[in-house]
Amino acid sequence: MPYKLLKFGFGREFNESRYFEDVQTPKKTYDVVIIGGGGHGLAAAYYLAKEHGITNVAVLERGYIGGGNTGRNTTIVRSNYLTPEGVKFYDASVKLFEGLSEELDLNMFYSTRGHFTLAHTDSSMRTMRWRAEVNKHVGVDSRVVGRDEIAKACPQMDLDCSGHAAIKGALYHNPGSVARHDAVAWGYARGAANLGVDIIQMTEVQDIDVRNGKVHGVQTSKGYISTGKVLSAVAGFTPRITKMVDIKTPITIHPLQACVTEPMKPWLDTIIVSGSLHVYVSQSSRGELVMGSSLDPYELHSTRSSFDFVEGLTSHIVDMFPFLSNVKVVRQWAGMADLTPDFAPIMGKTEIEGFYLDAGWGTWGFKATPISGKTMAATIANDKAHDLIHSFRLSRFEDYELTGEKGAASVGH
Amino acid sequence: MNMRINKQTGEWLEREKQINFTYEGKKFTAYEGDTITSALWASGEKVLGRSFKYHRPRGVLSLANHDINVMLTDGVDTNIRGDVITVKEGMSLTAVNTLGGVKKDNLRYIGKLLSPFLVVGFYYKAFFRPRFMFPFWENIIRHGAGLGKVNFNYPRIPKPKLNEHYDVLVVGAGPSGLAAALAASLDKQLKILIVDENKQAGGSLGYDRAGSVTPQSQLEELLSEVNITPNITLRTDAYAGAYYTDHLIPIIEFSGITKVRTKTLIIATGVFEQPPVFRNNDLPGVMNGSAAQRMIYRYGIKPFNDGVVFTANDYGYRVALDLIHAGTNVKAVVDLRKTPVSSILTRELANHDIRIYSGHCVYEALATSDDMAVKGVVICPFDEETNQADSEQSFTIECDGVAMSAGWASAAALLYQSGMKVKYDYTIEQFIPDSLPNGIFAAGKVNGVYDFDQRIADGARAAAEAMRYMGMDNAPVITVQAHSNVSPSHSFPVVPHPKGKNFVDFDEDIQAKDFINAAKEGFDNIELMKRFTTVGMGPSQGKHSNMNAIRILARIRELPVEKIGSTTSRPFFHPTPIGHLGGRNFHPVRQSSIQSWHADAGAVFVDVGAWSRPAYYQKPGVDLAEIIQQESMAVHNAVGIIDGSSLGKIEVCGPDAAQFLEKFFTGKFADQKVGEIRYALSIDESAVVADDGIVSRVKDELFYITIGTSNAAMVYREMQRWLQMWQLDVGLINVTGSYGIINVVGPKAVHVVSSLTQDPLVSKLTAGKVGETIISEVPVRIMCVTFVSNIGYEIHVPADSMLAVWEKLIKAGTAYDIRPFGTDTQRLLRLEMGHYLPAYDTDGLTIPYELGCESELAMDKPFFVGQRSLKILAKKTLKKRLVPFVLADNFSGQMPEDCNLVIENGEIKGRVTSISYSSKVDRVIGFAYVDPNKVEAGSQFEIRTDNGSMVKATVVNTPFFNSKKEF
Repeated sequence: MPYKLLKFGFGREFNESRYFEDVQTPKKTYDVVIIGGGGHGLAAAYYLAKEHGITNVAVLERGYIGGGNTGRNTTIVRSNYLTPEGVKFYDASVKLFEGLSEELDLNMFYSTRGHFTLAHTDSSMRTMRWRAEVNKHVGVDSRVVGRDEIAKACPQMDLDCSGHAAIKGALYHNPGSVARHDAVAWGYARGAANLGVDIIQMTEVQDIDVRNGKVHGVQTSKGYISTGKVLSAVAGFTPRITKMVDIKTPITIHPLQACVTEPMKPWLDTIIVSGSLHVYVSQSSRGELVMGSSLDPYELHSTRSSFDFVEGLTSHIVDMFPFLSNVKVVRQWAGMADLTPDFAPIMGKTEIEGFYLDAGWGTWGFKATPISGKTMAATIANDKAHDLIHSFRLSRFEDYELTGEKGAASVGH
Repeated sequence: MNMRINKQTGEWLEREKQINFTYEGKKFTAYEGDTITSALWASGEKVLGRSFKYHRPRGVLSLANHDINVMLTDGVDTNIRGDVITVKEGMSLTAVNTLGGVKKDNLRYIGKLLSPFLVVGFYYKAFFRPRFMFPFWENIIRHGAGLGKVNFNYPRIPKPKLNEHYDVLVVGAGPSGLAAALAASLDKQLKILIVDENKQAGGSLGYDRAGSVTPQSQLEELLSEVNITPNITLRTDAYAGAYYTDHLIPIIEFSGITKVRTKTLIIATGVFEQPPVFRNNDLPGVMNGSAAQRMIYRYGIKPFNDGVVFTANDYGYRVALDLIHAGTNVKAVVDLRKTPVSSILTRELANHDIRIYSGHCVYEALATSDDMAVKGVVICPFDEETNQADSEQSFTIECDGVAMSAGWASAAALLYQSGMKVKYDYTIEQFIPDSLPNGIFAAGKVNGVYDFDQRIADGARAAAEAMRYMGMDNAPVITVQAHSNVSPSHSFPVVPHPKGKNFVDFDEDIQAKDFINAAKEGFDNIELMKRFTTVGMGPSQGKHSNMNAIRILARIRELPVEKIGSTTSRPFFHPTPIGHLGGRNFHPVRQSSIQSWHADAGAVFVDVGAWSRPAYYQKPGVDLAEIIQQESMAVHNAVGIIDGSSLGKIEVCGPDAAQFLEKFFTGKFADQKVGEIRYALSIDESAVVADDGIVSRVKDELFYITIGTSNAAMVYREMQRWLQMWQLDVGLINVTGSYGIINVVGPKAVHVVSSLTQDPLVSKLTAGKVGETIISEVPVRIMCVTFVSNIGYEIHVPADSMLAVWEKLIKAGTAYDIRPFGTDTQRLLRLEMGHYLPAYDTDGLTIPYELGCESELAMDKPFFVGQRSLKILAKKTLKKRLVPFVLADNFSGQMPEDCNLVIENGEIKGRVTSISYSSKVDRVIGFAYVDPNKVEAGSQFEIRTDNGSMVKATVVNTPFFNSKKEF
């Protein structure tokens, strides 16, 4: 029995305090206004306060915190990307995640389980080697493994995938982890609020006041707030925000869906991803299989579920795990992914003075939560892009200097 | 103890058929039609499962799959829902998630001893310090969680899928659903389907009888009418899984899924009974009133011998009458409400000498000494205004069962998914539809209509509205009377108790105080509360718990219920098997029309895009590497033959055909002469290399294009996209499947091909030319292409004549030892020729300058796709260049592989994209991206191999076999 729990058994009263004060009315002025109370926005607020001493910060959330993609993703954390810039960035995120429970005094259930990206074709084996080589170069623990190692880690899997797409090998990424996504948002919210940040839920930003190329404030459903610095961290809502300040991004919005099964006793200890079968799956600590697939193939600004998603996903799951035929899917849901052409995020300063963008997170946002918060906080505090995010600047599209991460997207999109 | 009573009218049993099964090692008998739960309860078995977190003994709650108290395994299936799965002969069942059996579950100590420590969200508060201990704790938590064990030998069961279309789909075959279908059926043109998840139709009409025979005869009347109506199909044991866009509703049955598209949808799904919240409300023997009623009338079981009814609505009185009918000694009716209820019901109970305690609550249920069942209840006065129980005034009544009726929550999942807006109706204390999307209608209890006559009317009203929606303006206007009786649901049926264990969510073991504590920590928004407490996240998805959770949160926040809202409803209505959803799972593969010839010749096939192609042809006793060298040397020395049918083939025709190609590809085609072929490179708007191919000008206004196998569909799609935008007078025809391609290559190719035709065309055809002729009565198109050899004839044949021509060529080639070869050898041959392969030697960001193919870019054209980007890129410094290279003569050591990196001074400069040993060159040759300053022949660079060793490589000129062995 951990010591921390003893007080609940022996104490008379339940004396835990609120994670964060439910601020109803915003102040008239803030040094920084963060739009979006997801993991990214809350993390940025936390690091602004903690590392840069900027505490007069408001996080504005139209719903409730962590209710967007933070609470909808399949919680995989990894750094086995394809570009050296990407690998370094996500590796820094993994390192922050590893110490996050202690830092925020909240168990994130950050669980390092190892991550297999299966290759079913010669060409995906080539991509796996490429990623492994770049990862190794940057010092990240990834390597190409054969069928025997996959079989050892997941003996239940049919390596021939019912004869449809036999597995040839995999990219094995030792640091691959899962975490309790909601807790990440709550932990950052509590950490930020304790340092003086206002977290204001049920508050929608309706317009951003830009004059002479400079941010002056935001108009919200709870009135006008004047501020010189605004961070947009709204994932699938990014086009609505960038429209307010009239800047163009190449972001398109596609739904990304996921589902979970009913709980069962633990058997799947690793995280399994198959690009060819468009599947990723892990087993949560509750015992559910958490499963995701490709983006919906068309643009849509909606979080509706579709039947063909769950049909396609499950048809591939039984290719890999035929014995799951009578295991049941309990729930499916969707998020809105803000996709960029090169599958890398858009982070940093923009042509509008005081308007910072943390966007283009497509299907890879959750795993970057701590590092995006940290680097965006530094970028806002210093009004200069953090070194780690130079390759993710918005101007790279105009400059023809893309950061090509398509080969490292979790499944073929 | 046998709890079975005499046969009930309308019961679901076939009593002449007896079934034997075991549960937890003990033998039981049942009747055909019994569910596992009913069979066990009939035999007096009360502990049917253990709860998820505290491992408390559980019996029946809903008997309707609205909870997972009874979750079993038979060693084959993982999580069998005892409430609804019928028992089968020879089943050998155990409860899931126990340690030592359901009775002696050793994990029960978690509930007994540890529960005070395991507060709501306890796992967020501990276990992470010191960090290295987390895996230890996590392992314990992981193994404690989960329900059944997965059976890894379970067979793959692919279920078929059907597609059906209806005018009206009615979900729920209770009185309102049946009435709706009957009303709609008056229009004989309408095709109507009713589905119901239960084994038999009728809904609550089948069991909510208040001891009377009337409901059953009303039901029989409705059903007999439905049965004789030809345009109504009634399917029971079939649930509507979810609502998806455009009225797609998957109907899920044991046999498979029917995907129903319906013009109109009438939801008549009724309501879920919500248990009142009091201490030990989860003890075996404490059950919902509707569960007791189902037990009596569906399965002929007396729920308990001595029962107490705890109610907060009129339904509890009906249940009491049903219990009396079943022979239960009803010792008391305890009513939370002070105000007297319907006089008819009270009078009837009085006739049976039943004591009614108004303004009282069941303060707690008392457990037997072994904790396995209820032995009595503590009753005390209750003040609805203050929500206070006066436990000083308590008294105890002994009983072996409690029936609970406090209220309902609408089974509105599909309505929510369809986009319904709800409102809270205080006269019935229930969320009901406020507005519904087009074509969707609600009827009956889910719509807030409770009275029997009004439910029938509401069904007819919904049907009439659906008919009007479909344009039948003469459909009748039906009015439904507003609810006038007392509310069927109590506004706050929660009895506080200092010791807790008053459960709200039985799936997840969540007690009333968990909500209070979660709110203290700031999780006082319904969505946050759900995520923090996990209420409604168990397998029954909040069916029995959501409404109480909302009511409790409303009290905590001191807000009206409608301000709290509810969590989003998501598919599926019931958990749905993966095998059903995945279905039969088709994996279509494209094959050449002579695939069987290849197979007979020993081909080993490989997937290339959607195609299955020969990779190489096996020879006994020869290993793969050697086969590839042999096949390639056959081409170099004499002649080889390959089936290239998978290449994409597109005809571009019309007056603007040449103009279209000029815009689409980087090169020039306007001045291409009929009978000429040209290389074509396509790039996208950002100048990234997409694919390349060969363009033949067959006629002045007809071009025939071949493109790479994997990209063919993408290129065709892109062509169509651009054509839409450019609006040119061009036709695009994808003829990939219409033609086969036979490529005859090598120095003797000309002899082989020309031996088949008298036409002097072949001998005259030179590189870069195309012609048409007849080979053994088959019209063919022949191109002189030098992709894998200096001499090559690509013969395009109508697909159905492939085999004839192929076999003739093989026969003609016998004299030259013609050898078929596959894609592996082809890849080596083109490498030896020095040709890069898009998608193999390029990636998603490669631009033409990195390939050094400036000569293919007609920058003087006014426009082509990607030209603007090229102009910008031309001014930028190149970061890498693709170069041909060789390794040292007689290289030995760790062989570099595709995608090993090119490293210079510790920096990544590029990577190997192709590498292979070539017998012809007698060297290891390849392509790699390197520093753009190192592209001259003779430049050297280093490759880091898999094991970390560095290998020197030297840039050379191509074709490789022309390069002297100077490096």
